[in-house]
Amino acid sequence: MSTKKIRVLVAKPGLDGHDRGAKVICRALRDAGMEVIYTGLRRTPEEIVNAAIQEDVDLIGLSILSGAHPILFPKIMKLLRDKGAEDIPVIAGGIIPEKDIPRMKKAGIREIFLPGTSTEDIVQWIERQIRKGGAKRK
Amino acid sequence: MFSRARKEKRSLKKGIQSPALKRSYEAWKKKSSAQADGDPSRRKMLFTTVSGRKIKELYTPADLKNFDYLRDLGFPGEYPFTRGIHPTMYRGRLWTMRQFSGFGTAEDTNKRYKYLLRCGQTGLSVAFHLPTLMGVDSDHPLAKGEVGKCGVAVDTLADMEILFKGIPLDRITTSMTINAPAAVLWAMYIAVAEKQGVSPKVISGTIQNDILKEYIAQKTFVFPPRPSMKLIVDTFEYGAKEVPRWNTISISGYHIREAGATASQELAFTLRDGIEYVDWALQRGLKVDEFAPRLSYFLNSHNDFFEEIAKFRAARKIWAEVMRERFKAKNPRSWWLRFHTQTSGVSLMAQQPYNNVVRVALQALAAILGGTQSLHTNSLDETYALPSEDAVTIALRTQQIIAYESGVSNTIDPLGGSYFIEVLTKQIEEEAKTYIRKIDDMGGMVKAIELGFPQREIADSAYWYQRAVQKKEKIIVGVNAFEMEHEPIPILEIDEAVARQQLARLREVKRRRNKTRVNRALNDLEKAARDGLNLMPFLLVSVKAYATLGEIMDALKEVYGEYQEPVSY
Repeated sequence: MSTKKIRVLVAKPGLDGHDRGAKVICRALRDAGMEVIYTGLRRTPEEIVNAAIQEDVDLIGLSILSGAHPILFPKIMKLLRDKGAEDIPVIAGGIIPEKDIPRMKKAGIREIFLPGTSTEDIVQWIERQIRKGGAKRK
Repeated sequence: MFSRARKEKRSLKKGIQSPALKRSYEAWKKKSSAQADGDPSRRKMLFTTVSGRKIKELYTPADLKNFDYLRDLGFPGEYPFTRGIHPTMYRGRLWTMRQFSGFGTAEDTNKRYKYLLRCGQTGLSVAFHLPTLMGVDSDHPLAKGEVGKCGVAVDTLADMEILFKGIPLDRITTSMTINAPAAVLWAMYIAVAEKQGVSPKVISGTIQNDILKEYIAQKTFVFPPRPSMKLIVDTFEYGAKEVPRWNTISISGYHIREAGATASQELAFTLRDGIEYVDWALQRGLKVDEFAPRLSYFLNSHNDFFEEIAKFRAARKIWAEVMRERFKAKNPRSWWLRFHTQTSGVSLMAQQPYNNVVRVALQALAAILGGTQSLHTNSLDETYALPSEDAVTIALRTQQIIAYESGVSNTIDPLGGSYFIEVLTKQIEEEAKTYIRKIDDMGGMVKAIELGFPQREIADSAYWYQRAVQKKEKIIVGVNAFEMEHEPIPILEIDEAVARQQLARLREVKRRRNKTRVNRALNDLEKAARDGLNLMPFLLVSVKAYATLGEIMDALKEVYGEYQEPVSY
């Protein structure tokens, strides 16, 4: 198994500036030994997908609290497919009503972590996923 | 006569810190500790506040060292206003019940305002959608998926006219949460008032207009700090002359706290922001007593009941001292820290959401015992979406129950003199002053923001808190204790039809307006910005010509540029 660090892109699509959660996640993943690239606020789907490909990340974590996820998440997933990068798993968190979750998962979001999730659970989930899908990393 | 007064003072001090008290306290403490040590089932936890402050098991007069009633508290309406800014407080007039509200189109929100006013709400508070907060129109690529979601869509004066249709602006006060484009939305409000036949001299309300906390916490900035500060001083200057009953700024700790700050950090950064605005206005040549009475504050009411009450009291005391001693303001109104409060959004939980009603009630009570001038109580469903009509009704009723049933508004500052509250008030005051001095030494808040200082302090506190929750040092009912499954609750949904309606109206306004007039107004505005003139008159001309918010902001971006936040975590 590769001892290479897991590389994660934490991205904030949408217009909201609520970055408390994204920043806490960044620190928690870093403290768990991952390499974290944070996009900063208000990134377009194109910017997020380009950053993920350029940085060759193992996973993308999206944080959004504006309510624009029904439009933006499917757009990000489509762009990943268009660029042949659909093997990068995408997870999400923020304010996402439970009834939207099936639709977001159908669009390709691997997992949605709702408020109250412990950062340890997210770390474990990522480690399990990346180990399982280790083929992606060369 | 003098000697008798001295003697009385001495005996008062002796009463507070007499050797007899000290001896009794030591004896009690010994007994209490022995009992605690001998009880294996006693609660073994850190007794700390939500901000991590250690709390003792008991407070007595011995904790109030050098406490002087007249110096430290005084009477309500008198310096240093620790007990309240008005001599009558809620016996004279209750706080304003002002629910922050806005969603969908201007028509949708206008209906909600009329509903809330019928329910007994006493002031309006506008929540704009994110494109408006960011100064872009609903047809901008960045607005995709955002129209009407987090607030009401306002692109032009036409939307603002609908928003306040049938609401007499001479009889209601309106608060608008708007920052980077605050001057533009204020111009629209003034224009609507004029169209209703109401003079700007009599309208009253507040624009948030606090850009410093945007860089620190809420992040809806557009221009870089320095031109933004210039624009804010424009509103102070214009307001003082033309809209004298308007609060031209609401210096906000709310978002700083929501981003993770402790109670003391919230207070310190907010008050230091206030100092920064006064400094910039004085540099413009304004006289402190001309604009300072129109400065207002906006604070958070979080979970820790007593710490919050102490924070509100300390806030008034520090600000009074800053205005009188540091800025030599003469008008007592310049010394007042008048504040709006909102209960803490981040304290609401998605798990077992009906419990949020209880959290909000406690936080609202803290704000009222802290002497707030107006209050927004969050709705139980706000972890999911903007409030439904049923949820907002409960939130408003919570305020009314406190106001009319609980009896807490019968007397002023009922907790004043509590050993615990006075100790906390003093501690928070000292901690905030230490931060304020530190930022003074850095060269002010704009400098501190450029250095990333408050941002880092807040991120550290947020991470500390998250870990404390995960270690169960902090218990959140329904989240890390007492968990159970619950049924989903009904939530307000904004569908994409809102965006279609909004885009149709925007196209219609653009088609019908006089393009020559719009272009001339925007050119004049840009030129005035280059020449460093006060922009308010130019903004008024622009909005009245139905220039869109996005067009106006674009003209200003040409001159001021846009802020790029350094990315860090």
